Amino acid sequence: MDGKKTVTIYVEGKPHQVEEGKNLLDACLSLGYDIPYFCWHPAMHSVGACRQCAVKQFRDEKDTRGRIVMSCMTPAADGTRISINDPEAVKFRASVIEWLMTNHPHDCPVCDEGGECHLQDMTVMTGHSYRRFRSRKRTHRNQYLGPFVNHEMNRCIACYRCVRFYNDYAGGRDFGVFGAHNYVYFGRYKDGVLENEFSGNLVEVCPTGVFTDKTLKRHYTRKWDLQTAPSICVHCGLGCNTIPGERYGTLRRIRNRYNGEINGYFICDRGRYGYEFINNENRFRFPVRLERHGDGEKTGTFGSGEVIPHIKSILQRARGVIGIGSPRASLEANFALRRLVGKERFYQGTSAGEARIMADIVNILGNGPARTPSLRETESCDAVFVLGEDLTNTAPRMALALRQSVMQQPARLAAGMKIPRWDDKGFREAVQNNKGPLYIAHPHGTKLDDAAAAVFRGAPEDIARLGFAVANLLDDNAPGPVKDLPGEASSLAEEIARALENAEKPLVISGASLKTPALIHAAANIAFALVKKGKPACLSYAAPECNSMGLSLMGGAPMEDALKTVQAGEADTVIILENDILAGQMAPDQAEALLSARNVILIDHLPGRTSSMAGIILPASTFAEGSGTFINSEGRAQRFYKVFDPSGDIQESWRWLRDIMVDMAYPGASGWLTLDDIVSSLSAEIPGLRAVANAAPPEGFRMAGMKIPRQPHRYSGRTSMNAALNVHEPKPAEDHDSPLTFSMEGYAGQPPSPLIPRFWAPAWNSAQAVNKFQPEVNGPLRGGDPGVRLFEPKENALMDYFGKEIPQAFTPEKERLFAVPVYHIFGSEPLSSLSPAIAGRIPAPYIALRPEDAEKMRVPEGHVIELPPFGSLSVRIDGSLPEGLAGIPYGLPGLKDMELPAWINSPAAAKKGGQ
Amino acid sequence: MLSVLKAIWAVLLHMFRPRVTVQYPEERPHIPPRWRGRIILSRDPDGEERCVACYLCAVACPVDCIALQATEDGHGRRYPEFFRINFSRCIFCGFCEEACPTYAIQLTTDFEMGEYVRQNLVYEKEHLLISGTGKYPGYNFYRVAGLSVKGKDKGQAENEEPPVDLKSLLPGRMESEQ
Ligand code: SF4
Ligand code: SF4
Ligand code: SF4
Ligand code: SF4
Ligand code: FES
Repeated sequence: MDGKKTVTIYVEGKPHQVEEGKNLLDACLSLGYDIPYFCWHPAMHSVGACRQCAVKQFRDEKDTRGRIVMSCMTPAADGTRISINDPEAVKFRASVIEWLMTNHPHDCPVCDEGGECHLQDMTVMTGHSYRRFRSRKRTHRNQYLGPFVNHEMNRCIACYRCVRFYNDYAGGRDFGVFGAHNYVYFGRYKDGVLENEFSGNLVEVCPTGVFTDKTLKRHYTRKWDLQTAPSICVHCGLGCNTIPGERYGTLRRIRNRYNGEINGYFICDRGRYGYEFINNENRFRFPVRLERHGDGEKTGTFGSGEVIPHIKSILQRARGVIGIGSPRASLEANFALRRLVGKERFYQGTSAGEARIMADIVNILGNGPARTPSLRETESCDAVFVLGEDLTNTAPRMALALRQSVMQQPARLAAGMKIPRWDDKGFREAVQNNKGPLYIAHPHGTKLDDAAAAVFRGAPEDIARLGFAVANLLDDNAPGPVKDLPGEASSLAEEIARALENAEKPLVISGASLKTPALIHAAANIAFALVKKGKPACLSYAAPECNSMGLSLMGGAPMEDALKTVQAGEADTVIILENDILAGQMAPDQAEALLSARNVILIDHLPGRTSSMAGIILPASTFAEGSGTFINSEGRAQRFYKVFDPSGDIQESWRWLRDIMVDMAYPGASGWLTLDDIVSSLSAEIPGLRAVANAAPPEGFRMAGMKIPRQPHRYSGRTSMNAALNVHEPKPAEDHDSPLTFSMEGYAGQPPSPLIPRFWAPAWNSAQAVNKFQPEVNGPLRGGDPGVRLFEPKENALMDYFGKEIPQAFTPEKERLFAVPVYHIFGSEPLSSLSPAIAGRIPAPYIALRPEDAEKMRVPEGHVIELPPFGSLSVRIDGSLPEGLAGIPYGLPGLKDMELPAWINSPAAAKKGGQ
Repeated sequence: MLSVLKAIWAVLLHMFRPRVTVQYPEERPHIPPRWRGRIILSRDPDGEERCVACYLCAVACPVDCIALQATEDGHGRRYPEFFRINFSRCIFCGFCEEACPTYAIQLTTDFEMGEYVRQNLVYEKEHLLISGTGKYPGYNFYRVAGLSVKGKDKGQAENEEPPVDLKSLLPGRMESEQ
């Protein structure tokens, strides 16, 4: 228990050592005892609302009468004596549940929570099995809460977990508790979409079926029927751990997979509801050939065994082959492409701007003195400065972590009053609205601003200048002082510098989203200066995609250089990996020029703009249909596993590339039979990726000689699900890549943390079963949390300050506006945008204008203007924008993009096209 | 030698015992009503499908021969989109019937299911669904459940109060006060 003081408590007379400062419920669950509970949550602590966790406490050895206490509200102090099995306590708990159930509807068979319901589990645990209450049940009307969460209020037991999560933990404002006594109602003040980006967690937080997953409802499957495997979210750079579940060949839902270092108990709604692109009916399932004859286009598929020889003949006749990698594809896929085309002809599938920023980040985190924190550490940082990242929309889970980090300094206040952190009501009462120092500098208002001590608005350059000024204030040797800093900014810089300097663990955050290298450098300078002062400063960068970090570590020139190679006639064949280059990254005319190379071979899962210009398309697996490795923005290599065997010819991209190489007799290629083979090749070849091989156990790993089943032991319908097609059951798919198996047979106990396919333990069917996988509740999983960190600052690492030239202050112009990209959690990420639930939340393309500018142009809110190259945009008035700036949403489907930030002609000139 | 004589003696004695072989199918055996034969899906007294697609029968089935998919009508009523029993695997244990919370799935007295082609033993919902209530008349799950369905709003199920008016400040109506 890493140096923390321990105390002795006695449970049923047996002494146990537990960490000091816990409550009894937490301590007993950590010790492996079962105590039923509802309102306590490991991340949200105790409020003592449900009275379910009652135990008997005794004064001393001689006390035999004892008294009933709520274990979640009683400290595990030295010498505490309790009994869980005391008959009076048992009876008390049984009557509490009976009483909670008096109004509970007779819904289990039609309730989506059934089979993973904490209320069911606790009812069974307390032994209540027969309804004696004969009076009427109170009923409630439900609300429409948007496309993510279903509401069935009758099932509520008034534990208050939902409000405590939504409002207190996640900072939501459009949800609450209404009414009184047995009428209490949990919902919105009226029907409407839940606004908070973490609303989906209500599904797991609520111990009953009041809040359930609305996307799951459309293809409902019980937990025991879902085939699951450990996976990684692909919808931003944070790499939250997830559990996708499959049934009958389609993905049914995503659940949080606890990783104490990253997502903990919560993921964002993009990660939870973005999965349905996998079930899209337009998926490529077989290799496709697209031939253009004059104006006409002909598509056809390849017969089995035809496509590889066909590609071989193309590649053999080609005058130069180049490969375009992808920040969304696995390390293995990128590596295989790099091997096929050669290191010099492998291009990162990102723009020059992004590639340069990512290279800087890798350099700073890999060689600099500041440590990149996990999200768990982020929560423990007590002063934070965010430079130019709208985290709620670009790295959502990090924004949720910052909402906890602002509680760090006020926590001292509560500690001074001797209020333990687990006493959540007391704690919040003590700290009131106090918030620790969080400073956000961004061109426009962000959702996290309400948690900030102060915000700064400015163009990206001005934010960088603020950052350089802070660094210079912390250390004279850092570049600066920044010339002509406006008075307000310089006093803010001083405030921020002081806050960071006085913090125990300061954190600086920036990222790639504004495509401004100066921001990256300014953030690094601040962190370096703090380290010089002896602070354990942390430095975080939000990466744009799930494997941006991995791609950058692999290296390669940006896409613009690929175009040059093609235009110089050095290559006429382009292989593109899981990348819709026409839909982002590159200016459309450039991308089109690149795609007009003689042969374009695309390996991808879904049609996009690029696929319509490709000659050959190979069907690639998505994250749920293949295994591989991603590196998240923290620099943590994490393995994701195939959840189910897809139909058609779909396979991992690296396997397609390997097949081509084997056919072309590349040396060594035929040795790549399994994932382990290619992982060991890549970790041997690329120095920065050596540790990747340790991210998860190899295929040969066994528990008691057995593989780990992807299907729960109660998986149903095995001998019937395919019987309509053929009454003879097919052989189950084999997995040569991992110690998991596509079966319900195998090791029944707990596997090592990177291989946990689902959280389930005897008597614990709900998501609350996680506590059985942690030696300490809310701590790391048994054996350590999954993934390996690639970056650790070396002892006495030093790095020169950046920015010999501090950027010039931004000067607004009369005729033009400087457009910055505005990110949207729902819309700015292309894969999730294809999922119907997310699609329903994507805003229509718009341009954000200052009220002054809009007035000058005489365009009211909602007015539609034509603005090349973007197309039709409706006007949104945004008072938070500084002078000279406009905002344009990033990456929305249907919005023709150019790389932002950039100067655009003031829409006034183009206004005529409007209504 | 002795054992052979014993065997012949035994055969001789059997010749005078009454016959047990039944001349099926001319002669029908007596089948008790709780016999576990061909499985059917029944309807509730209102003529609607009883099965609410809860998957309990499927998970109870020891040979995993029941597969189904839940779906909903436009008014929140859940029912199976497909429901399949592979009778070539079924061992007629009756666990599904025991597990069923709605009396939808029932085992019947029909055991004459022989087929020449195994594939024909795969029954879909259209083969399973009968038009009556089967062994259990009267029960209608949706009249008891809290979920609202077409024709039954919140508060209209058995033993339910009308929906709470959240805007009201009056204390809750108690059963005893009525
Ligand atoms: S919340 Fe749980 S106990 Fe209540 S109806 Fe749903 S599954 Fe049953
Ligand atoms: S809705 Fe769920 S989480 Fe909220 S109080 Fe009711 S039972 Fe608890
Ligand atoms: S924060 Fe990022 S990685 Fe985590 S669930 Fe959301 S989109 Fe996925
Ligand atoms: S147990 Fe009954 S209600 Fe549930 S799926 Fe089976 S037949 Fe339908
Ligand atoms: S868990 Fe202790 S009172 Fe609810």
